[in-house]
Amino acid sequence: MDDDLIIGGEKFASRLIMGTGGAPSLEVLDAALAASGTELTTVAMRRLDPSARGSVLDVLRRRGIRVLPNTAGCFTAQEAVLTARLAREALETDWVKLEVISDERTLLPDPIETFDAAERLVADGFTVLPYIGDDPALARRLEQAGCAAVMPLGAPIGSGLGIRNPHNIELIVEAAGVPVILDAGIGTASDAALAMELGCDAVLLATAVTRAQRPDLMAQAMRSAVAAGRAARLAGRIPRRRYAEASSPMTP
Amino acid sequence: MNVTINGVARELPSGATVAEAVKTLTETRNGVAVAVNGEVVSRGAWDSTALADADAVEVLTAVQGG
Repeated sequence: MDDDLIIGGEKFASRLIMGTGGAPSLEVLDAALAASGTELTTVAMRRLDPSARGSVLDVLRRRGIRVLPNTAGCFTAQEAVLTARLAREALETDWVKLEVISDERTLLPDPIETFDAAERLVADGFTVLPYIGDDPALARRLEQAGCAAVMPLGAPIGSGLGIRNPHNIELIVEAAGVPVILDAGIGTASDAALAMELGCDAVLLATAVTRAQRPDLMAQAMRSAVAAGRAARLAGRIPRRRYAEASSPMTP
Repeated sequence: MNVTINGVARELPSGATVAEAVKTLTETRNGVAVAVNGEVVSRGAWDSTALADADAVEVLTAVQGG
């Protein structure tokens, strides 16, 4: 079945977007990315370290995976806009995962700064994918501002708490005219499947794979979970009932 | 002249360019971006952009994250 994910006019056969943070080595990351089947993967922008050996960019290039720079570590719209422009220059892509956090303890996204940065980046020609709380009103406003997708969190980054408010995710999905990508909070495969069953168009995760005991095996599990959840969503689940409904004839 | 490159004070010859500042860290140009005093300097302008005393140069690249 032809069921591509389309973001900003670009097609992806895989609905699993990977992050690269937290992997113990580039070799482990490489194996996990291969097992995940991902076609789009995030990187962060940091000061160049002359002593660094190997580059995450080489891994992505070898695998033919499209790079999605993020603005992780930014606390203000100003910082995020500069980081996005540097990423565009370094990586030759105008795609950006916009991430503006409010504090280091929760790493929750700051909605005011995020919206401000999104408006400026859209005006500057970027394809903007903003990381946001599970707020249907903000998701709608960002879509109206010209963002190519919205990326609500399931739970705080790295927490592995799953999807804390499935109802809000459903509300975002119902109203959205752009792809909804569940970003952050995924702990295990069932969380990723749930995101897709709720109607999300894709899942972005990193920690659940990179810090698993066997990252490549968890990546494979996430790949299957995203595919299973997507199929279940398209298939249409049965309604929940209070009492049993016999699945065999009741008369002899 | 004194500039800072990625937060570290450096002495460079007067009239040194952005390209020379980058060379103090890496020979690679691919995957690298530069901001001087908070403004991006595109790769094509590194050789022609002279630094001034007290300039703050940031040299960034992609790392694992997100």
